Amino acid sequence: MSVAASLIATTMNASTPLLLAALGILVAERSGVLNLGVEGIMLMAAIVAYIGAVESGSFAVGFLAAILIGIAFALFFAIFAVGLRANQQASGLGVAIFGAGLSAYIGIPYQGAVLPERGPDGIMFLDKIPFIGEAFFSQHWIVYLSLLMIPAVWFFLYKTRAGLVVRAVGESPFSANALGYDVPLIRCCALAFSGACIGLSGAYLSLIYTPLWVEGMVAGRGWIALALVTFGTWRPFRVFLGAYLFGGMTMLQMNLQSMGISIPTQFISMAPYLATIIVLALISRNPRWIRLNMPASLGKPFIPH
Amino acid sequence: MNFPIAIYNRERPNRFLAAVSPILAVILTLALGGAIFAMVGKEPLYSLYVFCVEPLLTLRGWGELGVKMTPLILCALGLVVCYRANIWNIGAEGQLIIGALCGGYVALQASPDQSGLFMIWVILASIVGGALYASITAWLRDKCNANEILVSLMLVYVAELLLSWAVQSPLRDPQGLGFPQSPMFETAATLPIMIPGTRMHWGGGLVVISLFLIWLIMSKMFIGFQVRVAGLAPKASSYAGFSNRAMIYFALLLSGALAGLAGVIEVCGPIGQLTPKISPGYGFAAIIVAFVARLKPVGTVPAAFVMALFYLGGELAQSRLGTPAALTGVFQGLLLFCIMVCDSMIFCRFRWVGFGNWKKEAA
Amino acid sequence: MDSTEYAGFSWKTFYSALTCGLTFITVEINVRTSLKLVAAVAALASVFALSGCDDKKGDASKPADAAKPAAAQKADAKEPLKVGFVYVAPIADVGYTKQHDLGRLYAIEQVGKDKVTTTFVENVPETADAERVIRQMVNDGNKLIFGTSFGYMNYMQKLAKEYPDVKFEHATGYKTAPNMTTYNIRFYEGRYLAGMLAGGATKSNIIGYVAPFPIPEVLQGINAFTLGAKSINPNIQVKVIWTNAWYDPPKDTDSAKTLIGQGADVLTQHTNTSAVASAAESAGKMVIPYNSNMKSVAPNAQIAALVLNWGPYYAKKMQQAVDGKWDKTPVWMHYSDGALSLEGITDKVPADVVKKMEEVKAKLVKGEFHPFTGPIKDNEGKETLKSGDVMNDKDLSTMNYYVDGVIGKVPN
Repeated sequence: MSVAASLIATTMNASTPLLLAALGILVAERSGVLNLGVEGIMLMAAIVAYIGAVESGSFAVGFLAAILIGIAFALFFAIFAVGLRANQQASGLGVAIFGAGLSAYIGIPYQGAVLPERGPDGIMFLDKIPFIGEAFFSQHWIVYLSLLMIPAVWFFLYKTRAGLVVRAVGESPFSANALGYDVPLIRCCALAFSGACIGLSGAYLSLIYTPLWVEGMVAGRGWIALALVTFGTWRPFRVFLGAYLFGGMTMLQMNLQSMGISIPTQFISMAPYLATIIVLALISRNPRWIRLNMPASLGKPFIPH
Repeated sequence: MNFPIAIYNRERPNRFLAAVSPILAVILTLALGGAIFAMVGKEPLYSLYVFCVEPLLTLRGWGELGVKMTPLILCALGLVVCYRANIWNIGAEGQLIIGALCGGYVALQASPDQSGLFMIWVILASIVGGALYASITAWLRDKCNANEILVSLMLVYVAELLLSWAVQSPLRDPQGLGFPQSPMFETAATLPIMIPGTRMHWGGGLVVISLFLIWLIMSKMFIGFQVRVAGLAPKASSYAGFSNRAMIYFALLLSGALAGLAGVIEVCGPIGQLTPKISPGYGFAAIIVAFVARLKPVGTVPAAFVMALFYLGGELAQSRLGTPAALTGVFQGLLLFCIMVCDSMIFCRFRWVGFGNWKKEAA
Repeated sequence: MDSTEYAGFSWKTFYSALTCGLTFITVEINVRTSLKLVAAVAALASVFALSGCDDKKGDASKPADAAKPAAAQKADAKEPLKVGFVYVAPIADVGYTKQHDLGRLYAIEQVGKDKVTTTFVENVPETADAERVIRQMVNDGNKLIFGTSFGYMNYMQKLAKEYPDVKFEHATGYKTAPNMTTYNIRFYEGRYLAGMLAGGATKSNIIGYVAPFPIPEVLQGINAFTLGAKSINPNIQVKVIWTNAWYDPPKDTDSAKTLIGQGADVLTQHTNTSAVASAAESAGKMVIPYNSNMKSVAPNAQIAALVLNWGPYYAKKMQQAVDGKWDKTPVWMHYSDGALSLEGITDKVPADVVKKMEEVKAKLVKGEFHPFTGPIKDNEGKETLKSGDVMNDKDLSTMNYYVDGVIGKVPN
């Protein structure tokens, strides 16, 4: 496999967890809820998926379990953010720290456990094509699912009535409430969807990407996914660009290292984070642009009069 | 869909609950924690004893508690000011690391027979370093409207990498056989011990001073008033002419300075040199401390006490009960949730209305 | 203090406190003020009952704690020696820490369960908290403490001064005290042999190396590995990725995948995880894991494993301590001490290469061969060791370059 093909393939792999989580967060933020607990939910999903796969011998069970736990934790967050109308940032942080601790706790007996055998990745005939096949078509099916989700989420938000309602709730919950829409319910549904996406992303990390469990293995990807949604101004296609940019930079810096470039490795490792900050700053510069794009009620608890 | 529990806003916040809510939250946390212990087969009461009481049985234990509380209180004080102004600084950990790095760099310049006053330079360097690092977040928020949560968080990763590079190249101990660590600091650049027989150092004095200062600022000084108004009623603050930009810079710089101070105290106190990993997540735990303290400066002390106790208890539980280190995080998260539940009761009344209205009536 | 000594208060009090707390919350649902007050008083009363019992127990435990160390000192001959182990990662890392733990278990077998009892704490970070954990071990009565990671060095030295009757053993460090010594293994000896196998097995002539920090011990390993591979196949190249972490599986996986993408078909690592082996297995490449045998993770990919055996050393030192003859000389173990072994060699390595490796191993064990024998050139062409010379320990401990065959420059 040539270096370029390998770079493309590993970028797709590295960006997929970010993309999946970011798409879910996008829908939740469109409805006006800011869930900072993504990291904790991803960790819980990762360990639950691992336990599911190890105990049952089937990857499908692992993925399903992860989706369910993602939804459960998102709804748990919803109790505080939507139900009790508590401060969304604090609740989210609480979920992040709690999820990290709980996942480490229940994962102790499973460190070093061995996963069942997995079939080969890749789309059947397409992955034999010389360069393109190795680069684009030899990934696990979740990678392709995440790519399919981009137009799906776009279609849902912009072309369906339900999506319109979600966006309306995010822009002006009071108006939506006055029209008779049940704002808390819609927000809970959006959070549940985001929980499912985050769960899938966490499962991908522990079952496919690094088929291992170790505490803290998400290593900040949840926070990056949050940043990517803002980075992509709450639009699915731009979020995709951001996720692949970040994943690409991460893999590129590793390739640079092994090619013998003599910049200290720490500075190369900083590149993805600095790039995110720079692009974030550039995007946010125009306050009107931000006002146009950001859901107006993001982060504010909805307290009906 | 109507849930069976209806939530009504109270006309006036319930004062009794406001006072008792943190205690209630702690009791609830312990009760839930006991349940968790029981679920994994450890005897709950003994486990809670190991977790909460045993660390406090010796003077040395109290000293360790103080050592753990110091950075938590300092970071939390800064975060209290920030969160009051609705500026969500998540990057206290990064500011702590940069403050430690700057202070450590100055500390390494000390010669073996330097006088103890050298410490003042070290402390100043760390305060300036932490504040400057936070000013990056402030500047980006001010000039570019960049979300401070994400910027400060990304900067945490950058700070960790900077520290890792620093102890591997420029500041590495030449006698250290190439291991990534700085030389040990000279005595002039380390904090003397305050309570003999423990590790509790004079950083505790700095905590008391900071506590007093922040309390003074928040309750007696005009800028503190501005911060509170900016957080509670941003429109009112802009009508009154309070500068939003001043708020951002003030809150972030102050919080960065305090976090930097916490970092240098950690490095000049218990550790004694610069190493790749100097903080077990104090910057993030301080966020919980700030919330448990209900964003009041004085409240950070009991809040940090409980959090530090959880740290120590979690460690002790490892050797006594065989539980993993991760348990501390579980308890800390539980504490935050219980505080939020109890706090919400101050402002809201919950009423059981049954399932009669489960299906929503047509508008 | 174990749970049998603890006779705490009853479940009744616990549940009454819990019920009162919960009742108080639910009391908000439609009850008059007087009842609220009653519930509040009941809750407070339970809290005092709880704290009262704890204080009593607290006082009772103090004399028990004070009596224990004295008893331990007196009854050294009769009672088993208490030995403590401090681990930086979980035992389940299938790597560095696991090998230490296997060594501990081996030593218990050798010395006898009646002579020693061991305890361990895992996941102890190399921060200021380590001092507290080790001090707690001392307070629990352990007389011989093994600290298995470099970062514990300064704390152990400090504690060694405070507790002169406790013996401290520090792995991979260099500071000592009258009651503290260091121990380490000459990993490079095993690396040379592993490199020979890699050089024989590779078809693409590119070998990938996932390394943590550019410290001399790691560089010794990389260089010895390269020299060994080149002795079989002069055309090989070694590519290195630094993860800047001892234990970060996702980074290890990314590094392994990158190296595979760059053409490596044999991988090895110095980090403490099994992620590299796992990645090699997924990609269908070969791997020579380091630290432990990772066949469970990489059944097809593993062509040999360089395993660390701390057991013989632990058994020896524990026996010395039991006999009262604890020797404080620092030790840097050889292959011949049984500290290293190359296991599980599969047929993916050509038989003639295996034979050559065995010949070199025989010479190495007898002391007739040193992996770093001149002439050695660094990869910028400078000669670092003259022909016929053997590198001394001091130069080994300060190694900071790559030998010819490794791509790139040592970071910093």
